[in-house]
Amino acid sequence: MTGLPVHEFNGFQTASGHLTVDAESKEPYAEDVLAQLKADAAQVIARYPQPRSALLPLLHLVQSVDGYVTGRGIDLCAELLDLTRAEVSGVATFYTQYKRHPNGEYTVGVCTNTLCAIMGGDQIWDEVSEHLGIGHDETTPDGKVTLERIECNAACDYAPVVVANWEFFDNQTPESTKQLVDDLRAGKDVAPTRGASRVCTFRQVSRVLAGFTDGLADEGVGAGPASLVGLQVAHENGWTAPGEASTRHTANAPKPAKKADDAKPAKKADDAKPAKKKGK
Amino acid sequence: MATTLTPILTKFWDDPQSWTLATYERNEGYQALTKAFGMKPEDLVQLTKDSGLRGRGGAGFPTGMKWGFLPKPDGGPRYLVVNADESEPGTCKDIPLMMAAPHFLIEGVAITSFAIGCNHAFIYLRGEVVHVYRRLLRAVEEAYAAGYLGKNIRGTGFDLDVTVHAGAGAYICGEETALLDSLEGRRGQPRLKPPFPAVAGLYARPTVVNNVESIASVPPILLHGADWFSGMGTEKSTGFGIFSLSGHVKRPGQYEAPLGITLRELLDMAGGMRDPNKKLKFWTPGGSSTPIFTDEHLDVPLDFESVAAAGSMLGTRALQVFDETTCVVRAVDRWTEFYKHESCGKCTPCREGTWWLAQITHRLEHGQGTEEDLEKLLDICDNILGRAFCALGDGATSPITSSIQYFRQEYLDHLAGPDRSGGCPFDRRESTLFAQEKASA
Repeated sequence: MTGLPVHEFNGFQTASGHLTVDAESKEPYAEDVLAQLKADAAQVIARYPQPRSALLPLLHLVQSVDGYVTGRGIDLCAELLDLTRAEVSGVATFYTQYKRHPNGEYTVGVCTNTLCAIMGGDQIWDEVSEHLGIGHDETTPDGKVTLERIECNAACDYAPVVVANWEFFDNQTPESTKQLVDDLRAGKDVAPTRGASRVCTFRQVSRVLAGFTDGLADEGVGAGPASLVGLQVAHENGWTAPGEASTRHTANAPKPAKKADDAKPAKKADDAKPAKKKGK
Repeated sequence: MATTLTPILTKFWDDPQSWTLATYERNEGYQALTKAFGMKPEDLVQLTKDSGLRGRGGAGFPTGMKWGFLPKPDGGPRYLVVNADESEPGTCKDIPLMMAAPHFLIEGVAITSFAIGCNHAFIYLRGEVVHVYRRLLRAVEEAYAAGYLGKNIRGTGFDLDVTVHAGAGAYICGEETALLDSLEGRRGQPRLKPPFPAVAGLYARPTVVNNVESIASVPPILLHGADWFSGMGTEKSTGFGIFSLSGHVKRPGQYEAPLGITLRELLDMAGGMRDPNKKLKFWTPGGSSTPIFTDEHLDVPLDFESVAAAGSMLGTRALQVFDETTCVVRAVDRWTEFYKHESCGKCTPCREGTWWLAQITHRLEHGQGTEEDLEKLLDICDNILGRAFCALGDGATSPITSSIQYFRQEYLDHLAGPDRSGGCPFDRRESTLFAQEKASA
């Protein structure tokens, strides 16, 4: 019997690595940093009817400042929400996006759930892991890239999928992903397939996840090619929903005059009408 | 006449600025909200019931009925929480919907909130899709600025605030009560039901939890009528839905069609299997938690009743298609690993059971199992199914029991025997996307 295949190798991370935090992560915040954190936290807390609901975004906020969930970050959340540190830690250790040790500037996640794995995710993982010399939840010595095996990220029609700081890189190959991590380590701007025009840093993205906008929402595509295939098939065949004109209201088309009756469903027989299947 | 596609929610996804309020308004956006304000809330609930809309998040519970379960107003808050934690393996419809056309959801939230008497709605989005979060935050911002959200909306006296909340990585938060715990700032662990969220949900107040696609379907239904909607689909599974094809098909992607369409029809639209010389082997009708189907099931109408009658579940219409290059044991082993990883640990049968299942599928895939392991797997599944607070453990048993039902011999082919050392008989490279590219280059 041989050892486990390379892709099963999860690195040298021990359980205690997730449960203990460095002593230095408990160093108090500088005064100005703390003041800004508290001001931001007040905005987050104000979004919810009950303060404790702010805990998840506040932990994202801590990561946006410290790069991971530090001991002092736990203390701050506990203080602001009137919770015990154990209650905050209990939440921080439950969710995979919260890091309990310093994280790289870019988290690169390779989907190795079944469909992506079979479509090539396993091979991508093996090759990228070997290329970087690190396993799951480990970081390159330059502090640039943390590698992760991730579960399904809801982009199966683009398999195999890789994400960098939670931006989509679709239809990846081992070569394209190795190029991605090399570019990230070299400090080049890297554009996701569907997302902002460049991948932001882990701290920047963590701030967005805390609910603070970064002005990048209008960047990138509305939909990638796979998201549009059904629509294209419908266009090619002249298929529409019942009562819909086949012309679409695109930016340049004049807005058609709207009558109340237009909204009524067309009940007339129509070749393109979706088949009604009664009595199944 | 064969079934045809019905682009409704996907209709303008190809617009270069599909996600903006301006684009949405050019495509009937927020006209349904205006119509809703001219109606009584109880009539909106009735209209949704009449349409037959069933939850698009997997379970298929009638949406209007769910709204109708809220107790009578007592002066305290009532909440709408949208489940945007899409993470069932194979499911990839809500994420592109929110990226391409988030205003469908925002308008649906406004109408639903008005219907159920909610003044603060939440959208719980999984945290691992940052650009979708940006798009939702922007859409909410635009809707406030245009007066579709906020105080005294359109002069009706109706107030609504919408908070878009990002999760932090946990599949279990797609389970509605785990989602509520998570939204309350706790570990995402399911609650024992009853009480159901309609009675005691968020902050123990009456709460409706609905899937993204369910809520996004509300504006078109209101605008075009319950009859328009129920004119599509089948008698008990009315309307349209987004079908997500992935895997070994020529053109994977999103296909919006009436419920009751078949995989054969969808495959035909998708250009068939990726390699016509490689046969379809197995597929999931509704994500990894739904028992797998084989090529015998190509003509099963994809509606709630027909899929259930054939032994699986419609789920989220997540059609993961695998051809004959794929090892079913490897696929099941990986799904099992997923459930083990994502079990929240609250209920013993699921926490311990998924751990043991993964040990066994793993050794089977690597040629270290025995024939007895198959019975052991089935026995453990029997001890998980129906014995935990939520359906995660049930989902873990689906791929195992169904794959043993259809592909028992393939498990046996992994075992060591007198003439072989045991192990997976498949070449992994043949299943990959890039193997195919090289072959066709």
